[in-house]
Amino acid sequence: MMADAPHWSIFVNAALINNFVLAYFLGLCPFMGVSAKLATAIRMGGAVTFVMLVASICAYLLNQLLLLVDAPYLRLISYILVIASTVQLVEMLLRKLSPATFRALGIFLPLITTNCAILGLALFQTNRGYGFSRAIVFALGAAAGFTLALVLMAGVREKLDLAPVPELVKGTTAALIVAGILSLSFMGFAGLGS
Amino acid sequence: MTQPTTNEFIKGLWRQNPIFVQMLGLCPALAVSNSAINSLTMGLATSFVLLSSGVVISAIRSLIPRDARIVSYICIIASFVTTVDYVIKAISLDLHKSLGAFISLIVVNCLILGRAEAFASKNTIGRTLQDALGMGAGFTISLLCIGSVREILGSGTLFGVALFPESFQPWTIMILPSGGFFVLALWLLVIGLFENTRARRAAAAGEHA
Repeated sequence: MMADAPHWSIFVNAALINNFVLAYFLGLCPFMGVSAKLATAIRMGGAVTFVMLVASICAYLLNQLLLLVDAPYLRLISYILVIASTVQLVEMLLRKLSPATFRALGIFLPLITTNCAILGLALFQTNRGYGFSRAIVFALGAAAGFTLALVLMAGVREKLDLAPVPELVKGTTAALIVAGILSLSFMGFAGLGS
Repeated sequence: MTQPTTNEFIKGLWRQNPIFVQMLGLCPALAVSNSAINSLTMGLATSFVLLSSGVVISAIRSLIPRDARIVSYICIIASFVTTVDYVIKAISLDLHKSLGAFISLIVVNCLILGRAEAFASKNTIGRTLQDALGMGAGFTISLLCIGSVREILGSGTLFGVALFPESFQPWTIMILPSGGFFVLALWLLVIGLFENTRARRAAAAGEHA
């Protein structure tokens, strides 16, 4: 996970081995909230991918700027502001282009701002000292991993709705157990990278 | 608004417990709860941010324009989180390293923004203080519940003190990510069982009366 790791390894690492949702627990709120239906999950994945990509590019440029003026303590505030404005932009675009998607995502769209996966991505890429191209690959990998986890989870939960689950376990508890098993199976990818 | 003010404190502990009932702030709760000491630090750091940002927001709530409120809240919260980040770094570098980026990620803890929007922006400083204390305590205790179970089963220790004889084989899975999901599910189950029994008992008492 060094700054000069090959691009493919960064991608595989972010998407599978250290999956943002299942290994780092980033972005759990939308993961639990929007994963009840497959179609919504895919759209959410798309929105998050876009925000992640923009946020990653902005975070890279901002970090260069902050290093230039020697003010690293402003990093957190500036990152979160950039993310908040990007989310606002996506919200406006979606409302214009696809009102159906906009309605389906509901409250979870503005909540992307407080999606830790996105701020986490920006912070990780800064901490690890990724260059511009690596930052973009990292963002794409993380977004792919997030979407994958969300879609898998939604697929399982759609089936789970039809299964006779004990009353007590229904809902969040069952979802958490499924997430635990998913996370367990993702550990199988651990041997892929170096 | 005539109810006694102690309610604001108590509700965060049980009825509106941030983690077990409202399911807010799950990400940090699961990510750093692999040992009791990490959980405690995270809980205290989050409580501090919750408390201080709540007080500031409540103090200047009439000055914040409605349209720019979320942005202002986030700026206030982010400043306090930056402070906490540097304080923890000054106290213990090891702890800072083991919590990693998750201290910075307190900014996006839905619990804090949620309380700012739902409570601090509408209530006086005194009530906000109680609410934040209750929510913070509830959050810390829940985190400790998850963290201690994971540490006891996953490494056989509690706060670094060994609990079992040498022959104990730790359940490594519990300190791995999937263990976090399982332990939280377990706690939800326990609480659900408890609530069920209580509801049944209340119903039975109602029939007798």
